[in-house]
Amino acid sequence: MSEHIVPVKTYVAVWITLMIFTGLTTGVAYIDLKEWNTVVALLIAVIKMSLVVLFFMHIKYASGLTRVLIIGGFFWLGIMLTFTLADELSRHWEINPAAWGPGIIFLHLPHLLNFLPLL
Amino acid sequence: MSEAATHEANPTGLAHQFEDIEQQREASSLGMWAFLVTEIMFFGGLFASYTIYRALHYSAFEWGSRNILEVKWGATNTAILICSSLTMAMAIRSAQVGKKKATTIIYLLVTMLFGAAFLFIKLYFEWRQDWIDGFVPGLHWVFTSAHPSTVEPGVQMFMCFYFFMTGLHALHMVVGLGLLTVLVIMAARGRFTSQYWAPLEISGLYWHFVDIVWIFLFPLLYLIGGRYH
Amino acid sequence: MSTVTAELHESPAEPRTHYLNASYGIRSWLLTTDHKRIGLLYLATITFMFLIGAIAAALMRLQLIEPQGALVQPETYNKFFSIHGIVMVFFFLVPSIPATLGNFLIPLMIGARDVAFPKLNLMSWYLFITGCCCMLYAIMAGGVDTGWTFYVPYSSAYSHQHVIAAALGIFIAGFSSILTGLNFIVTIHKMRAPGMTWFRLPLFIWSMYATSVIFILGTPVIAITLLLLGLERLLHVGIFDPRIGGDPLLFQHLFWFYSHPAVYIMILPGMGVISELIPAFSRKRIFGYTFVAFSSLAIAIISFVVWGHHMFVTGQSVYAGLIFSVLSFLVAIPSAIKVFNWTATLYRGSISYEAPMLYALGFIGLFTMGGLTGLFLASLAVDVHVNGTYFVVAHFHYIMVGGAVMAFLGGIHFWWPKITGRLYPDLWARFAAFTIFIGFNLTFFPQFVLGYLGMPRRYAVYPAEFQFYNVMSSAGASILGVGYVIPLVYLIWSLRYGPPAGPNPWGAKGLEWEKAPSPPPTHNFEEIPIVTQEAYDYAGTSGVAHV
Repeated sequence: MSEHIVPVKTYVAVWITLMIFTGLTTGVAYIDLKEWNTVVALLIAVIKMSLVVLFFMHIKYASGLTRVLIIGGFFWLGIMLTFTLADELSRHWEINPAAWGPGIIFLHLPHLLNFLPLL
Repeated sequence: MSEAATHEANPTGLAHQFEDIEQQREASSLGMWAFLVTEIMFFGGLFASYTIYRALHYSAFEWGSRNILEVKWGATNTAILICSSLTMAMAIRSAQVGKKKATTIIYLLVTMLFGAAFLFIKLYFEWRQDWIDGFVPGLHWVFTSAHPSTVEPGVQMFMCFYFFMTGLHALHMVVGLGLLTVLVIMAARGRFTSQYWAPLEISGLYWHFVDIVWIFLFPLLYLIGGRYH
Repeated sequence: MSTVTAELHESPAEPRTHYLNASYGIRSWLLTTDHKRIGLLYLATITFMFLIGAIAAALMRLQLIEPQGALVQPETYNKFFSIHGIVMVFFFLVPSIPATLGNFLIPLMIGARDVAFPKLNLMSWYLFITGCCCMLYAIMAGGVDTGWTFYVPYSSAYSHQHVIAAALGIFIAGFSSILTGLNFIVTIHKMRAPGMTWFRLPLFIWSMYATSVIFILGTPVIAITLLLLGLERLLHVGIFDPRIGGDPLLFQHLFWFYSHPAVYIMILPGMGVISELIPAFSRKRIFGYTFVAFSSLAIAIISFVVWGHHMFVTGQSVYAGLIFSVLSFLVAIPSAIKVFNWTATLYRGSISYEAPMLYALGFIGLFTMGGLTGLFLASLAVDVHVNGTYFVVAHFHYIMVGGAVMAFLGGIHFWWPKITGRLYPDLWARFAAFTIFIGFNLTFFPQFVLGYLGMPRRYAVYPAEFQFYNVMSSAGASILGVGYVIPLVYLIWSLRYGPPAGPNPWGAKGLEWEKAPSPPPTHNFEEIPIVTQEAYDYAGTSGVAHV
């Protein structure tokens, strides 16, 4: 499976990139990007995680099964977040029975997007 | 023949239920990944709760992050963990390519050193200071009305999550240090060869995972505070 | 005298070494890494826990014979139903089929010598009994009165009972589930015999795989939830306390994120057992193998997106309620596919009514009733009427007792000859199956009526108008109790006096029947079998030859 032996050069390159991104994310926190600060910080975190997973944890060279497993793990985390937030963020919506119909779910989808910057 | 006897008699480390060493390594690696998936969900419950309370107490979380946590320690610790991940990866590699066992041991010890440094910074410069300042919810909380009272419950919630998340992470670090100790002993006994390094690999996966948790904790706890204010 | 009897039962050939007589003594059991012995250790443990849960249930039914309560104060009654729920869910149903039959059968069915991590397997059992001990401590020290759901603020602020000990027990037992699930997933992926492709696997393996997926994805969430609960209870930091900015509903979200899929942890293995029993006693290949296999996975996945239907009336938003209601209806589809395929397998099969088959047929009927009443509860509007009533109690007992326990007993009866190498008295077994079926329906059907009439659950007293149905239910419970004791007696009897079973008393298909003697040797197979056939290849075989 992970017979592949990663060259030292790759490891060091990944390490340098990770250090640069750590500096970058710290620096960006001091710049006012309005609601985008969190987005940028999380984006950098995701990039750093991907580097660790792909190279240090050898997923770049691993079988499809292991990849499915990891993607599955994050997908389930997504399920938990999405559905819990679906309740928490919509709990104070006004109930207006006159507006109810089959399309109500689609009607309210844009409302959820309003909360994105909050996260 | 008992299983223990089989195990001792077999210097390659192949257990009786497997056909060959390749099958055994694949199984142990897959097992570790499955365990890490449970860890994702374990920390995931916390991250989900954090997200919800962050949405509910937006400004209080920012206030807490900005005024209580210090970015320099968070950033230092992030760097330390990234370095430890590199040395961990190098330790595995040195066994894979069949370097002398001393090389593997040195890489492992350096990894442990980084891990210990992380815990020291966490414990001494951060948690100890929080205790002195009275920022430990439930145990030593002396947050006074010097701050806008409207944010207080939210700040306590933020510190709750701060301690619970970093505490759980630190606990994982301690477990990781225990694993590394075992690895050092195994390496010293010459158990690892270029054929047999599965224990190194799966412990490495665990170590990198703990690193990844911190990679997310750092921005979520330290960097959200609107530092530009 | 007894030695003579024992000799009579030995096969004429020289005594064979198998996993039961390979070594003796308590140490050889407590330190075993043999998946078959670990399965039996689990069987003994969960039978003990079942007895405790059953005693609590019996006391509840006694109390409810009279409207004003025949037995105890309401506070004590609260402890009865809490102990019953916690013990039955976390310490009996969740580990029931996976940890006993799953442990015993998975390596045998896929043609492996053991599970992938035998020592980890033993460790799971030790974790499990540690969890059991915490729970027993909580019971003996005075009990718990929060209900099995541990809802805040009952469990965080108002209960003065042993919530922490009980939660710790569940937390530790949860790690046992995680390690078992992990072990099974790796075993099924990496340890299959040559030729054992995914679509030649017995359906029991597919269902165990789906169950294991839920184990490793769901259980960690209940672990972290209980940690948060413990923190809140010990330090009062306000994580679930609205006065300090917390949200009690968050606890329910996290709790049900595990505990709804946990329902499928209980029923999926049962479905797997039934998928083995129906073809074996109909002498037919299962109808729609791939549909049954994939419906297990579909159930495992959908089970994670329906948890909000437990929260329709607890303050969840209407928007979330709508989504969860729709998704809850979806989960009925894969379940219905299974029921359809089982009945289609029966069609024109040469059916024989051995005891395991009686349980299987009982399962199909009772599970269908339980499942369909679940759709009532998934409808937002109807749920407002019946939520928190005996309708809910009846519904989930049809799934958990009528479904999971029936399948568990059916599986135990089916594989008992393989596990012990002995046959049990078939007449008694059929009698017990009928007794359980009748007792069960008499206990729980009246509860549907009670619930629909509006009797709330979890009360020690009730208006006199409900007494008729309650007495009926209690009478049924006593029949059900007798029904459970009968198998316990004759199965233990058969250990010593049962006639030898032979490798394949049912003439069933599968590696465990065709390639391994009963009981199997410690390493299962003389040599690893090479699989060339699909599962359930019953074409050309006729009715059960023996018994």
